[in-house]
Parts: sequence; structure tokens; C-alpha cells
Amino acid sequence: MGNNGSAPDLSSRLLRLVIVGHVDHGKSTLVGRLLSDTGSLPEGKLDFIRDICKQQGKDFEFAFLLDALQEEQEQGITIDTSQIFFSTAQRKYVIIDAPGHKEFLKNMVTGAADAEAALLLIDANEGVQEQSRRHGYILKLLGLTQVAVVINKMDLVGYDEKVYNNIKTEYTGFLDSLGIEAKEFIPVSAKLGVNIAALKDEMPWYKGTTVLNMLDQFEKKPLPDHLPFRFPVQDVYKFDGRRIIAGRVESGQVKAGDRVIFSPSNKQAVINSIEAWSVPEQPTSATSSESIGFTLDEQIFVERGDVCTLQDQLPIVSTTFDANVFWMGKRNLEKGRKFIIKLNTQEMGCEVLEFKKAIDASTLETLTGQNYIAKNDVAELTLKTRNPVAFDLFGSIATTGRFVLVDGYDVCGGGIITTYTPTTKTDKLRDEVRTRDFNWVKSEITPEERAYRNGHRATLILITGEPGTGKGPLARTLEHSLFENNFQSYLLDRRNVNLGLGADLEDPTNSSESESARRLGEVAKLFLDAGHVVISTSNAFHQEDQADLRLLANPYPVVEIQIAAQPTGEPDIALSLDEAKDAIKAAHKIQEFLKEKKILMGHNYSI
Amino acid sequence: MDHLDELENQSVFILREAYKNFKNLAMLWSIGKDSTVLVWLARKAFFGHCPIPLVHIDTTYKIPAMIEYRDRVAKEWGLNLVVGKNQKALDEGMNHEKGRLICCEALKTQGLQGIMEEHGYTGLILGIRRDEEGTRAKERYFSPRDKNFEWNFKDQPPELWDQYKTSFAEDTHIRIHPILHWTELNVWEYILREKIPIIDLYFATPEGTRYRSLGCAPCTGTIQSTAKTVEEIVEELKNNTTTAERSGRAQDQEDTYAMQKLRARGYM
Repeated sequence: MGNNGSAPDLSSRLLRLVIVGHVDHGKSTLVGRLLSDTGSLPEGKLDFIRDICKQQGKDFEFAFLLDALQEEQEQGITIDTSQIFFSTAQRKYVIIDAPGHKEFLKNMVTGAADAEAALLLIDANEGVQEQSRRHGYILKLLGLTQVAVVINKMDLVGYDEKVYNNIKTEYTGFLDSLGIEAKEFIPVSAKLGVNIAALKDEMPWYKGTTVLNMLDQFEKKPLPDHLPFRFPVQDVYKFDGRRIIAGRVESGQVKAGDRVIFSPSNKQAVINSIEAWSVPEQPTSATSSESIGFTLDEQIFVERGDVCTLQDQLPIVSTTFDANVFWMGKRNLEKGRKFIIKLNTQEMGCEVLEFKKAIDASTLETLTGQNYIAKNDVAELTLKTRNPVAFDLFGSIATTGRFVLVDGYDVCGGGIITTYTPTTKTDKLRDEVRTRDFNWVKSEITPEERAYRNGHRATLILITGEPGTGKGPLARTLEHSLFENNFQSYLLDRRNVNLGLGADLEDPTNSSESESARRLGEVAKLFLDAGHVVISTSNAFHQEDQADLRLLANPYPVVEIQIAAQPTGEPDIALSLDEAKDAIKAAHKIQEFLKEKKILMGHNYSI
Repeated sequence: MDHLDELENQSVFILREAYKNFKNLAMLWSIGKDSTVLVWLARKAFFGHCPIPLVHIDTTYKIPAMIEYRDRVAKEWGLNLVVGKNQKALDEGMNHEKGRLICCEALKTQGLQGIMEEHGYTGLILGIRRDEEGTRAKERYFSPRDKNFEWNFKDQPPELWDQYKTSFAEDTHIRIHPILHWTELNVWEYILREKIPIIDLYFATPEGTRYRSLGCAPCTGTIQSTAKTVEEIVEELKNNTTTAERSGRAQDQEDTYAMQKLRARGYM
């Protein structure tokens, strides 16, 4: 929603800096000292803090400037992350003070997640500690590699160069293993103001820069304008007769007239206009990090979660991918348990398919044979989502390659997508379907017009269950009763497809014969395109076939009716064996469901 | 994209997340500059509309000009205004002389609690900012409150990569803070750029005083200033500012941890 045409003014955008490190290594003190030495504090604030310290019988604590909570001041630790505005002669900053106590890692992550540069503090007296390493690892995971190390409390070790060198060597080795190169190791005393705003005489052996100078050397993260266009749909509005697709451009650029694709549904349309309210000039294009809205030339069904891109720069669509995850939950992240993944605006059930490596983030040691990770640890793992999601690898487009995991009501983990290998048959079929959908020659008659004429939307009804559960009789009854109600129903019997279209296949009834399922799916797609309610049955053992059918029916909806004593997966309607026996009653139940879902709408006209 | 665009884009994103994820959502409009900017941002997010009802908690001690301005702007912008009042406390004679924190809690916090219960709001949008004071600096964009309205500041949810807390237990609610990352100066720069009509209590009187923060008449003081226009306020803030924004708000000075105590119990 920027003012189009105006020159970018990077100098006025502030740099987001996070300060991390082990508990009690002096992070809040450093921030307090920076504020005080640069005259950034409101009048009376230092006196106010001096009074509190006196009341509590303590020496003056700079940390109290940020540790505003009573509990923080009394216990002398930072509980929650705090943000404070600050400026040097060069530019403006927001400084994020992150807690160093292991208990509050989630607050540290909150503070560090959208920072552009980090100062990592190490106490000269204590040396490299557990959180020094864990925080380093988390920074790497968050993609934050612009780091300088501050070795604090040099006054407590007599400003000894040897202490400085030892810590520098040890921590450089650790950062190397993560692939991070620190810009500088600065020896300071935050409490006494040594090497913070000005280089003092205490450490003549140090030839580097001050903390304040270091800040000004950090670079502002460039906007990802040059990357492929990514626009996760946030919402769809109807205002003043316009249907506006709202969201934020996560990367790249787009303009009115561009043909765009929505994944995973593969729907496409052309951007008609870019909408904005109360702007000097109506925009015709948008670039990364702008929250915008646009209209399309066609009324296609788009919803929150769809990722809009250009046709030649598609995202990956799959149900499985590899990721690095850090865990902040009270309950463990373990195999087999269900979580919710939030990936841009997509939200869906998921589970861990495989733990490749569980890691203790404070030592980087592998926790061998562990099929879970506990709070504060990290893992390399494979995730599986319930339905396909659209994403990128974190290494190529960071904003669409990261996600959080929700357990119950709470965000408990964060992760970045590292690799994706299309291994399954379904992955390959999905690519084929994409090509099919993009090149599909559209009829002059729209699906909406057909739905209006037929009194129902085109839908695939898939009746699943083990052999002998009555799928066939129910399918025939349902076809008939829909027909009686003037709906265009057709029972697509797999045997019929195999007799003709599958005549060249050696053993079309063999479940491993995926070509037979593909042909059935493609025929179903044609009937759906013609506007029918297509009914088909599938053996419960053929889980993979069912996934393929869903994929091929895209973008038409699939309704699963499952007949089983114990339902598995998430069918739309679960029928017990007894319920299925009374086919007429079961067919009625299905029709009521279809009405409720607005698939059966009834006829709006009379001949 | 300049820094105001950057702030605006983030706030619009948050407002849209709130609108999508909360069925029963309201926005608190105190008539001050921050929440008025918030209403403006909602109109940006929703293409000239404000589809979210605006709640104003009337303590009856508000400066009279605020009520006149509220009703005029609500009409001009077509806003859905919901006014809440803790009538019981007022009938029992609550006022600031009984103690400022007690009064704030009764008339503002409990007034808000009453109207939220009445309408069943599960999401409440507020115009607080991190630079206002220390406990707000520790806030999240989406911040949960329990069924007693309490803020558990010691155990806040993680918030990263613009993935917010949008699921919550029954009887609890979420406070949403779309301009948490703005500064006082940003707010005025934005008012200037967007030409947002702001209540004139913020502009200096011929006597050389103006309000920098608005509240109830008995507890809100003015500052020395000659800034008569938005441009002049922006200049004043750029050259100042060694006085705190809320220095004119008496309740903040009642106790060392006044805001923490008020806010832990549900204050804005």
C-alpha cells in the first residue's frame, strides 16, 4: 500500500537489533548503558531508576530501564523481551532485549525472530555458557547471521587480553560449525561504560571498534523484491460490488494484467486492478512487504491459504517435506501426535513422519535414537500435512519457507523447510495434474452457469469401505435417488472404465496398477467438468488410489462417505455397517449433508 | 517504501488477521490520536470501510470536547459505535478522589469488562504502543487475557514470523495491538501524511499549553507547548523529547509499578 512512484527512503527505516546471550551476562545493562550514553532517555528516567534501586537497597542498575516488571527488578533477571527505540547520529534503531534464562527461550525467539542483526553477549568471567550456544544456534535457524559478539564484564577479569582471546577462539569455533562469521568480538564493561559509546584506555591491546560504531556498520536487510512473486491469500472481501483478494506480497512484484496461479488449487486468472483506499494515486503494481488487495478478471473461487504466484515461478506443492524445527512447548514434540501447522496463511493438521536427528541445542550433540524432542531442543525431521500445502525452501524464499507448529491453543515450535524430494507417485501425479490444469481448454459455459442450470455443483462422491460393506448397493441407491430429485447424477463404475478404456492394461484390477486409477480419475474429471454429481466407490485398502482420485478431481470438491465399524482418516460422513445396510436411509442422510454444504442447491427456475 | 509505509503495511496485515480469525471482534476507540489512527488504518485495510464495531468506554469524566468529536467523526465515517459505561460504579459515586488506580479500574477496566461480556467479544483491538511505557514494551501483537481479564505477563506466548495467537480457550479473549511497533512521532507523522482529522485538544491554546495524551479531565494534565498544527507537533517531538508522553497522566505516577498493576488486571 505504499505511495507508488516515490523514491525508496531506506535511511528512515529503522534497523531491528536483538541482544541475546546467557542469563546474567549483562544484556539489559548493555542496552541501558547505550541509551544513557547516547542521551536517549526521557528526563527524570535515570533519577526514577536510581530511586527504585535505592528502595530495594541495590546499586544503580541500568537494566531496570528495560526490566520494567516488578518481578524482573526484584529478581534481577529479564523475563520477557522488551523493545526500545534508540538512535545514533547515523540512523534509528529498535533494540530488542531478549531474556537469557533457559526458561524464557520462547521470549528470546519472539524477540529475535524479526531482527536484522544481533549482538551476542558473553560474560568474560563465566565464558561461553549453555545459552551462549543455544542462542547462537537459534539465530542461525531464524536466518539471522549478521552477528557481533560482545565480551562483557572485562572489568571483572582485569581487562585481561588472554581471557578475551580464549573466549574468542572458543566461540569462533562454535560459530564456524554453524556457518556464522561474527563481524567483531568487542571487549566491554557495560556497567562502567567501557568501549560502549567510546573506546576507553583500559584495553589498549584492543584495536577494534565500539559497540555503538558496530551498530552503524550493520546492514539493513534488503526487501526481497528480486525474488519470485509470492502472495499468500489472507482473506477475500466483498466491498462496494468488488471482490477483493487481500494479502501481503511476501516477495517479488506483481502488476495489473499479470496472469496469476493459485496453489495448491491450480486456479488461474488475470489481475484486473490493484485496489487501495485514500492514496494519492491508484497503484498499478505492488512489491514485497506491501499489504494490498486486487480484483481478478474472472470470479474464480479463491480462499485464505491459497498462494498466488506467476505461472512460470510456481511454489512447491506437497504433503511432505524436511525441516529444521525448534521446540518451545511444555509437551514434547513427538512422532505420531497431531499438531497444527501454520505456514503463511495456510493452517492444517500435520504430524512428524520421521525424526532424522534430534539435537541438544546447547551442545549441538545428537540425541541418538530419540523419536521426540523436549522443550528448548531442535530436530531435523520430516513433516507430513493432512492435505497438500504450497511452500518454498527457506534457502530460496525465506518468508514462504518457514512455519510454526501449534499444540492445543499454543504456538510451540518454529521451523524452516530445508529440502523437498518428490519421491511418491502422488508427488509426480500432482505435477502432471498441474500441467493439465494450466493447459485445460475452458468451455464458454462456466461451472457457475452449469450449477445454476443443474441445481447443484459438480462434485465427486467417493464411497469407501472394505469389500462386502455395501458400497455398491449404496452407490446405486444414491445415484437413483439424486436422479429422482432432478439432479444430474452418474455412477462411474470402475469395472466399466476398465472394460473399455482399460482394455490395454494387463491387470487393471491389481491395486498396484496405478494407471487404472489414473484413468478412472481422468474420466471423473471430464464428468465433473460437464457439471455432474459423480459417484464412485473405492476399496478401503486402496488409500493411495483415493489420494490420486482427489488430486485428479481438482478443482472440484470430493465428498468421502466411509462405511466402517471404526472410521479412519477424516471422512465427510462416517456410516456404521448397520447404517449402510439401510441404503435408502443412508442415501437420504448423504443428500441432507450435500444440501447443508450447498452442493445441492435446488432448481432456481421452472421450464 | 518509507518507514511510514512499512508501519502501515504491518498494521494493515495485523488488522486483517484479526478480522479473519475472530468472529466477534471489537476495536477500542478512546478518541485519542492513537486509536483514531487505528480507525484510519482499518479503513485502509478494508478499502474505506470499518467493518469492526468501535467501543468507547465513557467514564463520564472525559473532557467534553471528546464526546462531541466522537459523535461527529462516527457519523462522518459511518462507524458502528458502541458506548460502554460502568453505571453501577458511577451510581455508587466512583471518582478519582477514591484513589486513581481504583477509579481507573472501576470505570475503565470494569466498564470494558461489562461491555465485552454483554456483546461476547473474543477479540479486542487496541491502539497501545511499545514506546508508551515499560510494560507495554513487553506486549505481543496478539496478547491473551484469561477469563478474569488478567494478563499473565510472566508467561506470554511466543510470537514469530507474523504467526499470531488466534486459538484460545473459551471464556478468554485476545487483545490485538496493531500499532504496537509505532512511536509517538510515527503517529503524528502519519496523521500529517494522511491528513487525518484529530481532536483539537492536542493543539496548543493561546495560553501556550496542549494535551499530549488524552484521558479523564481530573487526571489529565497539559504540557507547555506552542505547537498549534500537526506540522508543529511533529517538529516539537523531533526536537524534544526528554519528557515522557504520559507525563500528564496522573494514574501512572501513583505507584512505581502502577501500569503493571493496572494492566495485569485488564487495563488497556
